[in-house]
Amino acid sequence: MRNVSVYYGGIRALDHLTLHINAGELVALIGSNGAGKSTTLKTISGVLRAKQGLVEYRGEDISHAATDHIVAVGVSHCPEGRHIFGGLTVRENLRLGAVARRDEQTLQRDLDWVLEMFPRLQERLNQLGGTLSGGEQQMLAIARALMSQPQLLLLDEPSLGLAPLIVERIFQVIRELKARGLTILLVEQTVHQALDVADRAYVLESGRIALEGTPDALKHNPQVEEKYLGQG
Amino acid sequence: MKINHSRLWSWLVAILILAVVLALLQASGQAFWQGIVINVGIFIILTVSLNLSNGFTGVFSLGQIGFMALGAYGSAILTLPLREKAEYLPRLPAWLAGVHFDFFVGPFPLGFMLATLIAALLVALVALLVGLVLMRLSGHFVAVATLGFLVIVRVILFNADDFTRGSRTFSNVTPYTDLWWVWVWAVLAIYVVWRIKFSSFGRTMFAQREDRAAAQAIGIATMPPRLLAFVVSAFFTAVAGSLYAHFITSFSPTVFYFDLTFRVVTMLVLGGMGSVSGSVIGVLLVMALAEILRRIEDVNQLYGLSGVVLAVIFILIIVFRREGLLGSREIPFDRLWQKGGANQSAVISEQ
Amino acid sequence: MPLVYYALQQVINALSIGSLYALMAVGLAMVFGILRLINFAHGDMMMIAAYIAAFALGAKLPLPVAVVIMLGGTVAVGMLTERVAYRPLRGAPDVALLLSSFGVGQVLQNGTLLVTRLMQKPILIAFPAPEVLSGAVALGPLTVSRLNIVSLSAGVVLLVGLTLFVTRTTLGLSMRASAEDLVAARLVGIKINRVVTSAFQIAAALAAVAGLLFAVQAGQINPYMGFTPVLKAFIAAVIGGFGSIAGAVLGGFVLGALEVLLTALPGLGDLLPPGPVADFFKTFLPSSLTSYRDAFVFVALILMLLLRPNGILGKDERET
Ligand SMILES: Nc1ncnc2c1ncn2[C@@H]1O[C@H](COP(=O)(O)OP(=O)(O)O)[C@@H](O)[C@H]1O
Ligand SMILES: [Mg+2]
Repeated sequence: MRNVSVYYGGIRALDHLTLHINAGELVALIGSNGAGKSTTLKTISGVLRAKQGLVEYRGEDISHAATDHIVAVGVSHCPEGRHIFGGLTVRENLRLGAVARRDEQTLQRDLDWVLEMFPRLQERLNQLGGTLSGGEQQMLAIARALMSQPQLLLLDEPSLGLAPLIVERIFQVIRELKARGLTILLVEQTVHQALDVADRAYVLESGRIALEGTPDALKHNPQVEEKYLGQG
Repeated sequence: MKINHSRLWSWLVAILILAVVLALLQASGQAFWQGIVINVGIFIILTVSLNLSNGFTGVFSLGQIGFMALGAYGSAILTLPLREKAEYLPRLPAWLAGVHFDFFVGPFPLGFMLATLIAALLVALVALLVGLVLMRLSGHFVAVATLGFLVIVRVILFNADDFTRGSRTFSNVTPYTDLWWVWVWAVLAIYVVWRIKFSSFGRTMFAQREDRAAAQAIGIATMPPRLLAFVVSAFFTAVAGSLYAHFITSFSPTVFYFDLTFRVVTMLVLGGMGSVSGSVIGVLLVMALAEILRRIEDVNQLYGLSGVVLAVIFILIIVFRREGLLGSREIPFDRLWQKGGANQSAVISEQ
Repeated sequence: MPLVYYALQQVINALSIGSLYALMAVGLAMVFGILRLINFAHGDMMMIAAYIAAFALGAKLPLPVAVVIMLGGTVAVGMLTERVAYRPLRGAPDVALLLSSFGVGQVLQNGTLLVTRLMQKPILIAFPAPEVLSGAVALGPLTVSRLNIVSLSAGVVLLVGLTLFVTRTTLGLSMRASAEDLVAARLVGIKINRVVTSAFQIAAALAAVAGLLFAVQAGQINPYMGFTPVLKAFIAAVIGGFGSIAGAVLGGFVLGALEVLLTALPGLGDLLPPGPVADFFKTFLPSSLTSYRDAFVFVALILMLLLRPNGILGKDERET
């Protein structure tokens, strides 16, 4: 992603932002509320359009590609606030997660795989999404995002509003996914945990990259310590 | 808003020019053009009123033509001569059967004015009651509900035979309406709506149009401005109804339905929702176009042609220029005579 | 006539008219669910279908062929309107979409008028009702019109088919998902344009069937025949909580029942044996009230919007 600017009406949310993610990497994107983290993810997945700049994925310019195409080439966005389909069953939610892929044969295998990762969903396959608890919904959202067989997973605040125990479980899953070789861009407010799992991190401020570095470097950066780790 | 003297002069000059034009037209005896100009005036009242209720507040009402129908029938019942009443509306209740608003003061038909005012005030009262209920709805549901109101009015007009002759034509209305009546009311409607726009009420209307939730959040009550717009709009719409009734002198409930609604909505959208001068321009353009198209239609018997062309233009505006010609801006004709006015750009923003 | 038969007759009427309303309302609800568009031109789809069917049947084509042509033509018009008048307005305020659909309705009505003029046909066309849809059959002691039977069965078959479609197929699920959460639907990779196109196709097809049946019932067609039915369909959709397919079906039948009640009850005084009950009906529900039926129905609509804006199935407004 190079030199990207995104506007909401006349308001600039991203200002000549440049970042890159290497294959197999887990990159954390941190920053205070309204810094533009979600906007960054939405621009990559094609929900928002960059007014200028370029979004590139494996050498392909996807700045103007349709969302369904971006999903089909392997980028999956698990949005902030979960956005599961509450009136559809868990099974239907997962089926729609696979809607953009071309090979239907491996569908059952992937379903088994995500259900193995989230056994709670297995028990609730025929339950409506809206009747799940918050933690279960988040798991469903991640599971649904995985059903498209992504190579790059965009995770927006997966721990938001969840009990510590469940947050722990979610981070465990993130580690597992990373171990399987998935490339992940993780947006998090719980900076400590995010930096613990990440290979590299960006700090975003008012639509610009303020800092970039390894987790260790960032943890010991006085600015970061004061701003994001102070209370943590 | 303080009355600025040069602005007042501008209004007066504009009205004077209009009066001279009308007097010349009146003297010319050109019945065709007089009819057109009367129609233009009536549509200006309708469109400017619709702008107040729909354009200013963003609450899209489709029921206004129902108010026009009530105004038309209400005033016509009052001014209908007694002999015609006995003949055409034999089952009218006694208290109505005996009234005939035919008082004159010299050549001035005071009765017609009173009948118009009474009908319009009653309609405003109806609008107040309807508005109290419907203005609470939001978004497109207002459109559906107000359309429901239009249907209800139509059903009542069709069935209240004793008052309206039902589906039969209501005829023999005295032709009081002339150029002067129409244009005095039109100027009054324009003036009132214009003043409302630049009043504090007007500002709250526009504020809650942009974002109702935000307006409520900063403590703007949305109901009073919406209701005011709805009621004042209904009042003038009913006046237009009365003028229309006493112009064509015979009509039936089918006149006051969706086609007319759509015609006025087209004029409003073309001019710009929120712009009073835009409404006037919208009326002029649509009327001119409709008149030209009607000629082609009549000569070639291609009925439907004008409707198709106007509707296509309407869709094109919605798709490519949703704010219409002027958006919420005005042509500041009230400043054209102000010092330096000529140097100002012709179009200013409302704020 | 025994009162029981009268009542049964009315139930059949209610179900048959209800299924037509349901067919119309479902189409409105599907499109509204996804696009937030109250599609005013939906009734005109019905009208277009009736004209196509009238011309096809008038040309002595067999009914099945005429129906296929009618469906194809109406679906094509439905898709065209979506492409031209609604797709460019994606993301525009609701009112813009609503207004655009007014424009579409006017184009279709006046266009039909123009076409009939060019074909040298009168404005009002007698509808050439096909054999299978005319006449009546005896069901025990009841005589039921073929039209009622066909309306009811067509309604049931199509609505069951639609239910299977939206619960069993990926496209159907995508449609429900898009209605529920458009952004999430895009994020999982649903092709929204395809879903919208399908919704318009299905809505147009259902309207076409309803149009054919309405035309047979009315016996004649004119360019404005879609107006009242689309208003009724709004009411049905609102009763069901605009946007829900199941709600629209239910709303259609509730409206059918309501209308038949409003028609049948006021006439009851004349049917009952003379006595205090008949007098009661004659005094308080005189048969002259029947002509106010539509006014009552719209009052019900307004009450519904105010008291239960999310429909009889819907949750309380404050919860959502
Ligand atoms: N839909 C929207 N309309 C207008 N402004 C928005 C919208 N969404 C986000 N913004 C603004 O864009 C900026 C970045 O938002 P976002 O990317 O959601 O931040 P973050 O996810 O880092 O909290 C904020 O200033 C926010 O107010
Ligand atoms: Mg965010």
